[in-house]
Amino acid sequence: MSVDPASPRPAAEPLLEVRELEVSFNTEEGTVQAVDGVSFELDAGEILAVVGESGCGKSVTAMTLMGLTRYPNARFGGTAHYKGTELLGASDQQLRAVRGAEIAMIFQDPMTSLNPVQRIGKQIIEQIQEHEGIPDQQARERTIELLDLVGIPRARERVDSYPFEFSGGMRQRVMIAMALSCNPSILIADEPTTALDVTIQAQILERIRDLREQTGAAVILVTHDLGVVADIADRIVVMYAGRIVERGSLDQIYYDPQHPYTWGLLGSITRVDRPRPERLPAIAGLPPSLADRPEGCHFRPRCPHEFAECVKTPPLEARGGQANHEDRCWLSPDEKRVKREVEPGEIGLGSKEGAAA
Amino acid sequence: MSVEATEPRDETTSTDRGTPLIEVEHLKVFFPVKQGLLIDREVARVHAVNDTTVSIPEGETLGLVGESGCGKTTMSRAIMRLIDSTDGAIRFRGEDITKAGRKAMEPVRREMQMVFQDPFASLNPRKRVTQIIGMPLRLHGVQRTEVDAKVRELLDRVGLHPEHLNRFPHEFSGGQRQRIGVARALALEPRLIVLDEPVSALDVSIQAQIINLLDDLQDDMRLTYLFVAHDLSVVRHVSDRIAVMYLGKLMEVSPAEELYTKPIHPYTSALLSAIPIPDPEENRRRERVVVSGEPPNPINPPPGCVFHPRCPRATEICREAEPPLARYPGGHLAACHHPLHVSAEEIKSATKDPTSPLSAGDDLPPASEADGAGPTA
Repeated sequence: MSVDPASPRPAAEPLLEVRELEVSFNTEEGTVQAVDGVSFELDAGEILAVVGESGCGKSVTAMTLMGLTRYPNARFGGTAHYKGTELLGASDQQLRAVRGAEIAMIFQDPMTSLNPVQRIGKQIIEQIQEHEGIPDQQARERTIELLDLVGIPRARERVDSYPFEFSGGMRQRVMIAMALSCNPSILIADEPTTALDVTIQAQILERIRDLREQTGAAVILVTHDLGVVADIADRIVVMYAGRIVERGSLDQIYYDPQHPYTWGLLGSITRVDRPRPERLPAIAGLPPSLADRPEGCHFRPRCPHEFAECVKTPPLEARGGQANHEDRCWLSPDEKRVKREVEPGEIGLGSKEGAAA
Repeated sequence: MSVEATEPRDETTSTDRGTPLIEVEHLKVFFPVKQGLLIDREVARVHAVNDTTVSIPEGETLGLVGESGCGKTTMSRAIMRLIDSTDGAIRFRGEDITKAGRKAMEPVRREMQMVFQDPFASLNPRKRVTQIIGMPLRLHGVQRTEVDAKVRELLDRVGLHPEHLNRFPHEFSGGQRQRIGVARALALEPRLIVLDEPVSALDVSIQAQIINLLDDLQDDMRLTYLFVAHDLSVVRHVSDRIAVMYLGKLMEVSPAEELYTKPIHPYTSALLSAIPIPDPEENRRRERVVVSGEPPNPINPPPGCVFHPRCPRATEICREAEPPLARYPGGHLAACHHPLHVSAEEIKSATKDPTSPLSAGDDLPPASEADGAGPTA
């Protein structure tokens, strides 16, 4: 499951290549720059986690790939190549062929993303038939197999149920079954377990992991929960205020994080396997409004380690020596190693007062 | 409808530490399921809260944890008297408020307040912050001239600024809105605050801010909290004791720290191991108990131990006899026939706790269950 950070990345062309993606919305308050120069690649069979707080642009990135942010006030820039198709400039017709069949999405809220007045089987069959003109009976059999695969007991009976007859966890399984129905090569999961209980979350994550093994699909997991990520991801992209602030392999991000925002995220998770701290480490302040982001490093106003250089925008580049581990922070790798250790062996952001002292 | 239902208690002693501020005794809340065209017939009952007993001493925090549908929110609302209970008793400072009417409840309402889960739905979008926070004050007859000063003081307390006074809720982020909700709850200087998942709608970095704020307020004002949450990672930081609830019943009640190092009930252990640890290597190393299935329908709770259909340790006795809450050393209670992490001596010293459900049997675990040896694993 783990990716050795030292091993060279496969030379083959990536499944999905996103370059300098820009998404902005014109609003009454001005231009909201939701995604600002985001680039990443996704290889077949890989699980990539996109991590960040609400409003960091992670969901907009995911939805733009599916062509779901094409509002009249939206402006796009950059490229997103999928197997020779340019997703950003694709026509609605082209996108319809890709959506569901090639790239499928699991949405956050299983309560609102299913049609409440249609039987769940019908909703899945509809998608299969849209992409592959197979007979009703065959599509129905495949639907039952899929429901069985995602762990719905007595799938043959329950295929004719309505969404309201299912619990939240079961509905999320239906969403996953629907997403998998046409064997997509990329599965985009936008906070797939946020609305679920922990015991159900563990079941769903295990299911996503199994499916990756069985079908070889690549997964983009959009989440704010670094616990979930540690459980499942191969590589991680950390986003803040529309930009990628750090990216690297799972182990690089957890054991050698370079950006202070990543330190803060790692430090603010309550850990049940450790003695409880006196006070919970929090990141002071709030994320900036995307219509009015601070000059230079966007994290500067919340960062206790801010210094003169921070008013200039740091480029995303490898600073720590490993080519595939990049970040946007002006501090030197040595300074980072010292500053991120708030307690021996504990990574955290520290407080503004603490840094001044 | 009288409030003097139980024996009168001495007012002065009830504020001493250790005397419960709020007591819930064998509380049952059932919701009828009705059917019929003209005449509604009750065809079934949802057993939302099914014979639970807890108490919270003044100045303490009880964490109440369980999955969705376990009855934790129903229980907290019943305590607030927002819904009527079917059976059992609720006492505030020793005074029975289970059936107290509107008039009798009025002084008590001042002393118990609630902070809700969704900061986007629990603030009136058409009111300004000053109106929202000032409303409880005006309702309880505080002079108009004093309200303004009081509201400013409250804003300051929860870490907001005076310039926020005239803004509307939509101008705030989730974390700030939750601070407004906390300020409103504090307005009448309550003794008990029921916090119903106060941070689960917030981002992790903001969650820590709100929890630290609640912690400070409790220290400064000697507040008593009932903190309801759906997972064990959040409550740990604020709780003195934690109660784990499943399908309307208490599975385990424990001093907060002990629950994490020594979970006795297999359900608690499953809840703990379902929480992902933000450390890839430890995650790979860790042996995890993933419980299968989902909580059963509370219309027909299973006989015996309600957790037995999902429990990896369940045996014949679990299907037949409901286990009582056994009291282990250190005031750690657990309702399980096959307890984990307990020694033979601890089992020997265990007694049936009086807070056990009335329907529970008298079977305490045999000494052969020591250290989770259990039945054939």
